[in-house]
Amino acid sequence: MSISGSATAFGSASEVVDLKALQAEADLGAPIAELDRDLVGLAPVKQRIREIAAFLLVARARQEVGLTSEPPTLHMAFTGNPGTGKTTVALRMANILHRLGYIRKGHLVSVTRDDLVGQFIGHTAPKTKEVLKRAMGGVLFIDEAYYLHRPENEKDYGQEAIEILLQVMENQREDLVVILAGYRQRIESFFVSNPGFRSRIAHHIDFPDYDAGELLSIAEVLAAQSEYRLSPAARDAMVDYIARRREQPNFANARSIRNALDRARLRQAMRLCAGNGVASREALQTIEAEDIRASRVFTT
Amino acid sequence: MRVTQGTFSFLPDLTDPQIAAQVEYCLRQEWAVSVEFTDDIHPRNTYWEMWGLPMFDLRDAAGVMQEIRACRAANPHVYIRVSAFDSTRGWETVRLSFLVQRPPDEPGFRLERVESQGRTIRYAVRAYSLDQPAGRRYRGSGETIAAPGEGR
Repeated sequence: MSISGSATAFGSASEVVDLKALQAEADLGAPIAELDRDLVGLAPVKQRIREIAAFLLVARARQEVGLTSEPPTLHMAFTGNPGTGKTTVALRMANILHRLGYIRKGHLVSVTRDDLVGQFIGHTAPKTKEVLKRAMGGVLFIDEAYYLHRPENEKDYGQEAIEILLQVMENQREDLVVILAGYRQRIESFFVSNPGFRSRIAHHIDFPDYDAGELLSIAEVLAAQSEYRLSPAARDAMVDYIARRREQPNFANARSIRNALDRARLRQAMRLCAGNGVASREALQTIEAEDIRASRVFTT
Repeated sequence: MRVTQGTFSFLPDLTDPQIAAQVEYCLRQEWAVSVEFTDDIHPRNTYWEMWGLPMFDLRDAAGVMQEIRACRAANPHVYIRVSAFDSTRGWETVRLSFLVQRPPDEPGFRLERVESQGRTIRYAVRAYSLDQPAGRRYRGSGETIAAPGEGR
């Protein structure tokens, strides 16, 4: 793919930019392939990340042929239910943006309200500025951003932090990328009371809930990551478990699955210890159906 | 008389991108960078005012540049330097220090002779600017020195 057609419109044909070469140089294929491989589901999110990557590539190509390219606004808002992978994607985003040359260092500074808002008058501004300085050259990830704004208390110092954030998001776009994350409704109402935020955030990405099949593959990926394996019977038990757990309150998608696996590992350890005292490599690796079926979820 | 203190002082004054590049080097070495300022430029004056705390956990020079700009805006007529502290065991000292702002007019130093016992002569170096009280040096306008947080 090349943009030769448009390049001839304002210069010689020699001003052709090889986007493929640029892409190879930025080594973009690797992080995006990793994203595809490691993260189950999340199709709209992956699509959006590909779009952003392509956009940054084109912005760089425009720069090379001497077209004006304002530094694009890349501040993002990640919305979605608990455990849908917002933090995981934010971490990868820092890596991708760094490889694209959009941010200089590629580190992620993850903060919540406590890290930004001070306890007394005059404490908030230095605290927020300190965090912003630390995040420069990387990504600032503000989890549960709506807690910054406390509508019930108009003397709350959160407003001060918001003002400083907005100022830096506007004036130092080339120095850092801000990602806000939280539950959809609450982020929405946060934007309604702080319209400045909505207009400064170009990318609103919604993280969908996982379906049962995706949750099962997540369980398998998680188990494989810590070198465990689900036996076929355990796999069936997991399918049952997911179906029941999803109906219960406080279901937190991938996080619930991770917790379930952690508890299954505990039960597996107990089972092995209570057994005849000999465990093969195979047995140490395998989670059996009984480890999963012992869960509280099956009794209630 | 042009004051030559710290690294690079015999070169023309560094531009902002050059300062940022030096700071970037310091951060790569994992040194803690700090901004300090003074209007008492005696070579043996080690007690410069700190502009905020040393910045221990920065990853990028943009944060330091922001503090340098803030310090310049609050104190346009004093000396400002950037120091980089190496906390590695065995070093534990400032590894790099250079001026990032000097007053537009630097009157220089005079040599003072003091006679002591047996007509021995002792010498002292004294900056002309020290004849003015603190805050009015290099300016004469009565402008006071601002610490971080004040007048910003």
